Amino acid sequence: MAEAHAPLLSLRGLTRRFGGLTAVDGIDLDLAKGGLVSIIGPNGAGKTTLFNLVTGLDRPDAGEVRFEGQDITGLSPERLAGRGIARTFQLGRVFGNLSVMDNVLIGAHTRLRAVKPAVPVIGPLLELGLALLRPSSVKAEEERLREEVKAILARFGERLLPRIDQPAYSLSYANRRRVEIARALALKPRLLLLDEPTAGMNPSETAEMQALVAELKAEGLTILLIEHKLEMVMRLSDRVIVMDEGQKIAEGPGEEVRNDPKVIEAYLGHGLSGTAEQESAA
Amino acid sequence: MSSWLDYTINGLIVGNVYALVAVGLALIFGVSRLINFAQGSIYLVGAYIGWVAVVQLHTPLPLTIIFVAVVAALVGLIIERFGLRPLQNSVRIAPLLATIGISFVLDQLVMLTFSPNPRALPSQLPDVRFQVGGGTIGPLDLLIAGVGISSAVLLFVFLRYSKLGWAVRAASQDRDAAMQMGVDVNRVNQAVFGIAAALGGVSGLLVGMYYNQIDTAMSLQATLKGVVAEVVGGAGNVPGAVVGSLLLGLVESYGVAVFGTSYRNLFAFLLLVVVLVLRPNGLFASARQAPPEPLTGTFIAPSRPVRIPRWALLVAAAVFAILPLLPVSFYVLQTLINAWLLGMLALSLTLVAGTIGQVSLGHAALLAIGAYTSALLSLTLSVPVGLAIIAGGLMSAALGTILISPSFRLRGHYVSIATLAIGEIVSLVILNWESVTRGPIGISGIPPLSLFGYDLISPTSVYWFSFAVMVVLALLQARLLSSHLGRSFRAIRDDDVAARAYGLSLNRYKSLAFIFGGFAAGVSGGIAAHLYSYINHETFNTQQSILALTVVILGGLGNVVGAIVGAVALVGLPEVFRIAAEYRILIYGIVLLLLVRFRPQGLLGTI
Ligand SMILES: Nc1ncnc2c1ncn2[C@@H]1O[C@H](COP(=O)(O)OP(=O)(O)OP(=O)(O)O)[C@@H](O)[C@H]1O
Ligand SMILES: [Mg+2]
Repeated sequence: MAEAHAPLLSLRGLTRRFGGLTAVDGIDLDLAKGGLVSIIGPNGAGKTTLFNLVTGLDRPDAGEVRFEGQDITGLSPERLAGRGIARTFQLGRVFGNLSVMDNVLIGAHTRLRAVKPAVPVIGPLLELGLALLRPSSVKAEEERLREEVKAILARFGERLLPRIDQPAYSLSYANRRRVEIARALALKPRLLLLDEPTAGMNPSETAEMQALVAELKAEGLTILLIEHKLEMVMRLSDRVIVMDEGQKIAEGPGEEVRNDPKVIEAYLGHGLSGTAEQESAA
Repeated sequence: MSSWLDYTINGLIVGNVYALVAVGLALIFGVSRLINFAQGSIYLVGAYIGWVAVVQLHTPLPLTIIFVAVVAALVGLIIERFGLRPLQNSVRIAPLLATIGISFVLDQLVMLTFSPNPRALPSQLPDVRFQVGGGTIGPLDLLIAGVGISSAVLLFVFLRYSKLGWAVRAASQDRDAAMQMGVDVNRVNQAVFGIAAALGGVSGLLVGMYYNQIDTAMSLQATLKGVVAEVVGGAGNVPGAVVGSLLLGLVESYGVAVFGTSYRNLFAFLLLVVVLVLRPNGLFASARQAPPEPLTGTFIAPSRPVRIPRWALLVAAAVFAILPLLPVSFYVLQTLINAWLLGMLALSLTLVAGTIGQVSLGHAALLAIGAYTSALLSLTLSVPVGLAIIAGGLMSAALGTILISPSFRLRGHYVSIATLAIGEIVSLVILNWESVTRGPIGISGIPPLSLFGYDLISPTSVYWFSFAVMVVLALLQARLLSSHLGRSFRAIRDDDVAARAYGLSLNRYKSLAFIFGGFAAGVSGGIAAHLYSYINHETFNTQQSILALTVVILGGLGNVVGAIVGAVALVGLPEVFRIAAEYRILIYGIVLLLLVRFRPQGLLGTI
C-alpha cells in the first residue's frame, strides 16, 4: 500500500547540528498527499529547525528531503516556494510596513506569470520593463490576484477584510498570524507547514483557527503542523510525531502517542509542558 | 631582501595602529551589535588633542599619551550617553545613522577649530634608526609596538579579571541573558565606549607622529581601515580584530612594495570585499548560522506616510516649472538646479536604502561612474551630450549593480560597510586608471549640456532641463513603487527571510533596485559633469553620499516626494539663512542626528 502511493513529502535521516548540539537527529517522516501530520514535543525539541530544513532556510548536515518523488535537499527557499511549499513562522514574520493586501499578494508572488516571463538572462529586465509599462495582461493578472486575496481574506470572516489597507504592524497579534496564513494560502501550496499557528491566541481564537485548519484539510491540502495545544492536535491529525532533543521518540495515531510512557516522560522530564498537560487533562 | 624586512616591519607597525582602532570597534560591536562609524572621528580628535599637547603645551611623551587617552575617552562617553543611549529601543537603522551623524559633526568641529590644512605633529622621540637584521627600526616603531602590546595586555587583564570586564564579556555573549543576570548594560556600554575611544585617540596620536602629519581626512580613512580589520577578524571578535589588523597592515605594505603607494587603500578595500563575500563572519568564525527570528518591521521606523493630494503636487510642479519666467535671480535658479541634481541622487538612494533597505554609503560612486562615462563619451567619441548622459545612466546602472552585487548576501550594517568600501574602490580606480580616466589630473573641457544640437547654457534652460529630468525620474519611480516590484522590494526590506520563503530572490530584486536607482544617479552625475565642465576623482565624494542619505532620511525612507522635498530643503535652507559653506556639513550632521532621535520616519513618512 505504502509503496503504491509515494508520499508527497518524505524525510530520511535528517540531521542538523549546531556546534555540539544536535537539534535535529536522524528524523524520518512520511506525509501522504492530503494528510495532516502533527509534530509535538517540548521546547527546544528541534521542531522549528526541522521546518527550516524542509523549507530550505537551513541546510541539513545529513539526510534527505524528497518532495513529490524528487530530491529537494538543500534547495533554496525561493526554489522550494516555487514548487509549492509554503510555511508560517512561529514568532510571526509578516511584512510590517506592507498593507494586509500587499502581504498576501507577496504570497502569490510565485504565481505571477504575465509580469515575470520565464526568459533566461534578460528575464529580470523584462520584469522591470513590464512593471513600468503595465500592458493589459499584467494589469489583468494583478486584478485577478487582488480578487483572489479578497476571497482568501474572507475565510477569516470580518477579521481582516475591513483592515485590508492597514499596515501589518498595526494589527493585533492574532490578526498578524492570520495574515501569515492568508499569505501562505495565496501561494496555492501543495504542502503547507504551520509552526504553532495558535501560539498566543485565546481559546475562542484557537477554536476558530482549528476550524480553519480542519477546513483546509477537508479541501485536500497536505499539512505539516507544529502545535503545543494537544486538544487541537488530537482532533486534526492523521498521525502525530513526538520529538525530544532532536530525536523522534514516538509516532502514531494521537491517542496512542498520548499515552506512550516515553512521551509523558519527555514532557514531564523537561517540566516545560504546562500547556500540554492542561490540555490533556481537559 | 632587506627592503622586504622593512616592508614587513612597516606592515606590522601600521597593523598595530589599525589594531588600536579595530579593537575598539570589536568591543562595541560585541556588546551592542553596532558598527561605530564615529570611531575614526575619535582617532582624529586624538591626533589633534595630541598636537595641542605636543606643540602648545609641550607635555612630555607619557603625559601626552595619557592626556589624549583621557580626552578621547571623555568624547567616547559623551557619544555613548547623548548620541546612542537614547536610541536603545529604537529601530535597528537608528544607531547606525547616529554614528554617521556624530562622525560628521566631530570631523567638522575639528576642521572648524583647527582649519582643514594639514599640520605637522612632531614625534617626541629621538630620530635615530637601529639596524635590525637587514632592515632598520626607530624608537617610534618600538613605541607603537609597545603601546599596542601593552594595550592588548591591559585589555586582556580587564576583560578577564575585573568585574566590569566580566560583565562586558557576558553582555557580548548574550545581551538578554546578561541583563537577566543583573548586568547593568548602560555601564557596560559606557566602559566599552570609553575604552574604545581611548584606544582610538591614542592610535590617532601615534599615526600623526609616525607620518609627522595630521589632517581632517584621516578620520574616514581610519574608520574604513578599522572596520576592514575588524570585519576580516570577525565582527565583535577582539583577538580576531588584532590579527585582522596585522594582516591588513601586511597586505597593504606588501601591496605598496609591489604596486606603489597609490594602491595602498585599494588593497585594503579589496581585502574587505573578498572577506565579506567569502567569509562574511570573518576569517575565524565557524558556523553558518541561521538568523534568529526577529520581531517584524524593526529595521525602519513604522509610520503612515503623509498623503499629499495630487492637485497639491501638480500645483507645486507647475510653480517650479514657471519659476524662471518670474522675476527670480539667477542665484535662486542656480540653487534649485543643485537641488534637482541632488534630488535625482536622493531618488536613487531612497529606492535603494529606503524601499529595499540597503543603506548605501557609497552612492556618490554611482554619480562618478555616470559623470565619467558621459564626459568621456562626449569628449573622446563626440557622442551628443543628451545621449552621453543616458549612456552614463545606463553605465551606472550596469556597473554599479555588478560592483555592489557582492554585498547582496549581506545584511544591515554590513551592507553599509561594503557599499562604503566599494565607493572608495571606484574612486581609487578612477585615480589609478590613468589611461582611461586621466588619473589625478581629471577631465577638463567637458562640453556643456545640449539637446538636439542646441546648447543649454543659460541658467533658465539648464534649470528646465534638470527639473524635467528629475520629474520624469520621479514619475517613473512612483510607477515602479505602485507595481508588484514596489511591494516585493519593501517585503525584502521588512523581512528578507520571509520574502525568500515566498519565492523572492534577493539577488534578482536587489539587482533590479540598483539598476533602476543606478540609472537615476548616473544621469545626475552625467548632467553634473557637463555643468561643471571639469571633474576629477574627488568631485563625487563620501560627503555627497552622506548628504544624500540625510536628504533621504529627512524626506522619509522610500518616499519619492520626500526625496525631492528633502533635497530642496537641504540645499535651499542653508542658502536662505546664508550659512557659510564650512558650517553646512556640520549642520547636515546635526540635522541627521536630530532626525534619527526625534523623527526617524522623516518629514513625509516611510513608505
Ligand atoms: N541558529 C541556531 N544556532 C544555534 N542553535 C540553534 C539555532 N536554532 C535553533 N537552535 C537550537 O536548536 C534547538 C532546537 O530549537 P528549535 O527552535 O528547533 O526547537 P523547537 O522544538 O521549535 O522549540 P519551541 O517549542 O520552543 O519552538 C534548541 O536548543 C535551540 O537553541
Ligand atoms: Mg519552534
